Amino acid sequence: MKNLWLFLVRYNSVFWFILFFVFSLVLVINNNQYQRSSFVNSSNIVVGSFYTKVNSWKEYMHLTEVNKDLLDENALLRYQLQQVTGNDTSKLTALSDSIENPSNYDFIVASVVNNSVHLKKNYITVNKGSLDGIEKDMGVITSNGVVGTVMHVSNHFSTVKSLLHPDTKISVSIDSTASAFGSLVWGENTEPRFAMVRDIPNHVKLYVGQPIYTSGYSTKFPKGIKVGYIVQTDIVTGGSFKDVRILLTTKFEKLTHVYIVKDKLAQEKIELESLNDNNG
Amino acid sequence: MAKIIIFNIIRYVILIIVQVALLKNIGYYNMAVAFPYVLIILLLPIGISNFVLFVLALLTGLSIDAFYDSIGIHAAACVALAFFRIFFHNITIELDDQASFITPSWGIMGFKWFSTYILFGVIIHHLILFLIEAFTFSNFIQTLMSIILSSLFTILIILVISLLTYQKKSRIIN
Repeated sequence: MKNLWLFLVRYNSVFWFILFFVFSLVLVINNNQYQRSSFVNSSNIVVGSFYTKVNSWKEYMHLTEVNKDLLDENALLRYQLQQVTGNDTSKLTALSDSIENPSNYDFIVASVVNNSVHLKKNYITVNKGSLDGIEKDMGVITSNGVVGTVMHVSNHFSTVKSLLHPDTKISVSIDSTASAFGSLVWGENTEPRFAMVRDIPNHVKLYVGQPIYTSGYSTKFPKGIKVGYIVQTDIVTGGSFKDVRILLTTKFEKLTHVYIVKDKLAQEKIELESLNDNNG
Repeated sequence: MAKIIIFNIIRYVILIIVQVALLKNIGYYNMAVAFPYVLIILLLPIGISNFVLFVLALLTGLSIDAFYDSIGIHAAACVALAFFRIFFHNITIELDDQASFITPSWGIMGFKWFSTYILFGVIIHHLILFLIEAFTFSNFIQTLMSIILSSLFTILIILVISLLTYQKKSRIIN
């Protein structure tokens, strides 16, 4: 006991140093946004690869569900293909040149390795990263709805800020005609199946069951992806705007595969729009 | 004793004001930034206990952090500097002097001792400071460049300050 005490006294500067230094580091990581985000997030390679292992087992559980979804999507695509091939192509006059006018969007398939729906702020980790061309702020969709936006990217993983996060806002339009638009937020909901569309002008007539689509105004999501259906209309908040509650088509609890949307013209669009601010 | 405390408080106030009012606005593209406030810790009396030294270092760091909006970063660097100071004093100062409350300044300790002390102290402080600020080892060359350039800048300013307040062999705290 005496020796232990002597040891502590002899090297007291080392122990004080460790104590004070750890205290400072805790301050740094707790109070500085940048250090916190790079210290702990699930795009960290260690955490990411652990979740990949766990998920490779969990995927088997959902296999039936995933197969059914893929079959549904196949059926839809086949139906659309039928409509195209069913047309008499000789009567078409204007053919669009696919070389001159390529599609603006690339879709990168990724599988979900970590997911949460019950927290106040929900995040998703997917197994594609910067080496696969993923960048910050890209949109993430699934075969039947929107999922969120990419938040952090490492070499092999990305974390996605889910729609079920208070900071996520997505521009949506009512019907595909874009007659009115609002912003999709999770709102005060605690259920992962419902969300709110905010700031719809008061004069727009809405009915229960009306579909909601993405508006395509941002570079994150292409136009016309189905987001959900209205379940409760005309929640008046005062002022000249109203809110509606919608049922999301995305099943966040059963998310296994997602598509990350890469807008090829995003850079050009952002550069053009940034000119508006610095012309002074 | 009261005189020593008052001199240290005055030095603390002046160096913090110089740091946050003047040197915060001077820098070379964020590559070279001077932090001569480390003199507050380096010039504390030799004989103070380790615990008091660490507390004072932490407080100094936190007061700089408050002005730089970087809570904890300067505090961590100052704590590391205090640890270096204890180590350096242990190996270079004789046991009799280690208990005395003299200020380890240029005039008292001599140029050779003082310059070595400043050189290693500033390098260790800046190494910890910039590494925690960058918080990554990628892009290490750039971090290393700012560590080296800032250390040179800081050492230069510290030597200028020390020259201006130089007092040969006097036991009065400068």
